[in-house]
Amino acid sequence: MELFSNLAVGFSVALTPATLMLAVFGCFLGTMIGSLPGLGPSNGVAILIPLTFSLGLDATSALVLMTAVYYGAMYGGRISSILLNIPGDEPALMTTLDGYPMAKQGRAGDALVISGVASFVGAFLATIGLMLLAPILARVAFLFGPAEYFALYILAFSTLGGVASNNQAKAVLASCIGLGIAMIGLDNSSGLPRFTYGNLHLMDGVDFLVAIVGLFAVAEVFFFIESHGKKSSIGVKLEKVTVPVRDIVASTWTMLRSTGVGFVAGVLPGAGASLGSFLAYMSEKSIAGPNGGFGTGSPKGVAAPEAGNNAAAGGALVPMLTLGVPGSGTTAVLLALLLTLNITPGPTLFTERPEVVWGLIASLLIANFVLLAMNVPMVKIFVRVLQVPPGILLPGVTMISFVGIFSLSGSYFDLLLMVAFGVLGYVLRKMDVPTVPIILGILLGNAMEDALRRAMVLSDGDPLFLLSSPIAVGLWVAAIAGFVAPMFLRQFIRKPQAVTD
Amino acid sequence: MRSDRVLGLVVILVALAYIASATQIQVSFLSDPVGPKTFPILIGAAAALAGGVMVFRPDEEPDWPALATLGALGISVAVMVVYAYSLKPFGFLIPTTITAGILSYQISQRPLFSVITGIGLSIGLFFIFRFALGLGLVPFPKAFYG
Repeated sequence: MELFSNLAVGFSVALTPATLMLAVFGCFLGTMIGSLPGLGPSNGVAILIPLTFSLGLDATSALVLMTAVYYGAMYGGRISSILLNIPGDEPALMTTLDGYPMAKQGRAGDALVISGVASFVGAFLATIGLMLLAPILARVAFLFGPAEYFALYILAFSTLGGVASNNQAKAVLASCIGLGIAMIGLDNSSGLPRFTYGNLHLMDGVDFLVAIVGLFAVAEVFFFIESHGKKSSIGVKLEKVTVPVRDIVASTWTMLRSTGVGFVAGVLPGAGASLGSFLAYMSEKSIAGPNGGFGTGSPKGVAAPEAGNNAAAGGALVPMLTLGVPGSGTTAVLLALLLTLNITPGPTLFTERPEVVWGLIASLLIANFVLLAMNVPMVKIFVRVLQVPPGILLPGVTMISFVGIFSLSGSYFDLLLMVAFGVLGYVLRKMDVPTVPIILGILLGNAMEDALRRAMVLSDGDPLFLLSSPIAVGLWVAAIAGFVAPMFLRQFIRKPQAVTD
Repeated sequence: MRSDRVLGLVVILVALAYIASATQIQVSFLSDPVGPKTFPILIGAAAALAGGVMVFRPDEEPDWPALATLGALGISVAVMVVYAYSLKPFGFLIPTTITAGILSYQISQRPLFSVITGIGLSIGLFFIFRFALGLGLVPFPKAFYG
């Protein structure tokens, strides 16, 4: 019954006209950002964070707006996957496998509607899962001491490095870059400067928003300059949009199973939405068997990754809100938002700021219905967005990034740092070094070091204290397994590459 | 192959420099058992190890862009750096028009289109930032107002 009273609190926050409008606006903006090729949820949310501050919103409203954008971008990512064969973001890659062939067969409208409904099923059920699971996990999180938190951070980095990237060494390198950058600034416990080399700008440390916008948005601009925007010229025309009832009914179980798979993948810290859509697609493919038509434009092949991807997006909010450990790149960006709004995620968030958590959950429930309405009957509006030429879009993104970062601190130094991060992001991504662990490292570095140091204070310097509780041991085992296992599995499971014309 | 080896070596060097610089961190007289040096040194060691693996087990060579494209990228970086410095003294509109125009040209390769994009973006974004978001942007250099 506690759940219902909590939900009542949530809806009383979410149903105020102002919050409701923000949620609708966020959904619209998010779907648009998601459907723009080259502007995925991470980039989109990242460049909007600084601007949210200039609107002067309170914490709940800002959070509602940005998570609506996040969910919206997850829905919108499928549009460019299906029509242009360009995934708007990494999780949408799996949608291209069957979505684009379907569109080429003249069933683009059907693919969009099926994936829209699948997104709704995935996201809606995952939000309910979040509602049920998060308070339980928040209670478990009270048992976490510094040793457990340290193990949890290790788990987040190792699953992110092990599962979500192609080369473990490069994932370790990326995590180290992030953690190394986090060390810059004043030491949390002694207050003495570290790695500042006498530079006053570095005393505060490197602002993670600068790093995020640089690594995601500015680096993307460089990629478009490299390709001269040629990637986006081919496309499939969308004729009439009707609702393919039979296909939707036929893929009901696919959607439900994929939602389960995706949600679990999302809850795992560090694994995220890409893994969710990948596992959902692969498991449905093996259930359907070789005659299932996966890869040739099967409606189930469109429904599975979209349900999985959106369920994972909801699931990723569970560890982010209860433990402060994001489950994916975009939730890392949302964590950055929370930290800038001075909200510390963790178990205490549920007891001390229930209006934030439950207001957020209620808005997400509402946002899902808004998104369903926007993404099925109104999908044609967003298809128009695809026609924005990259020659206008990317300079626009650059200018918004500059003004956003400039409005944060008003210093040249941050702008230059942002450009430097853009170059770094471009080079690293070229060399297949993942950039999400860098963000995670910058965000979690200080908390991770604090956890280690507090654990050592408690045990008077005995390193075995890190393995002193069953929870900590379990997390370490999971971390090592998550890091090592993919090395062996990689020979058997290959990530499918995008379909080429 | 070669790129990974080079990056691996660079990583090892930077990691060693990082560790060396970590040993120079001041320690306050009242310190915890771990102190401010240990964690950075651990990070440096892990990074050096990753660099070593990259030297000995490199991935396939990525396809680097041609020289002309590298030039275009270099120009874009330079333009962004200049833009960062000119935003305050020259106001929003003029630097934004020029920067957006150049970036647009680098992507689309169409001169007229880029000029229109530059002008349109700077004016459009100025109105959004100034009036919808309430940012205190200055449209023109201070000298214009006398």
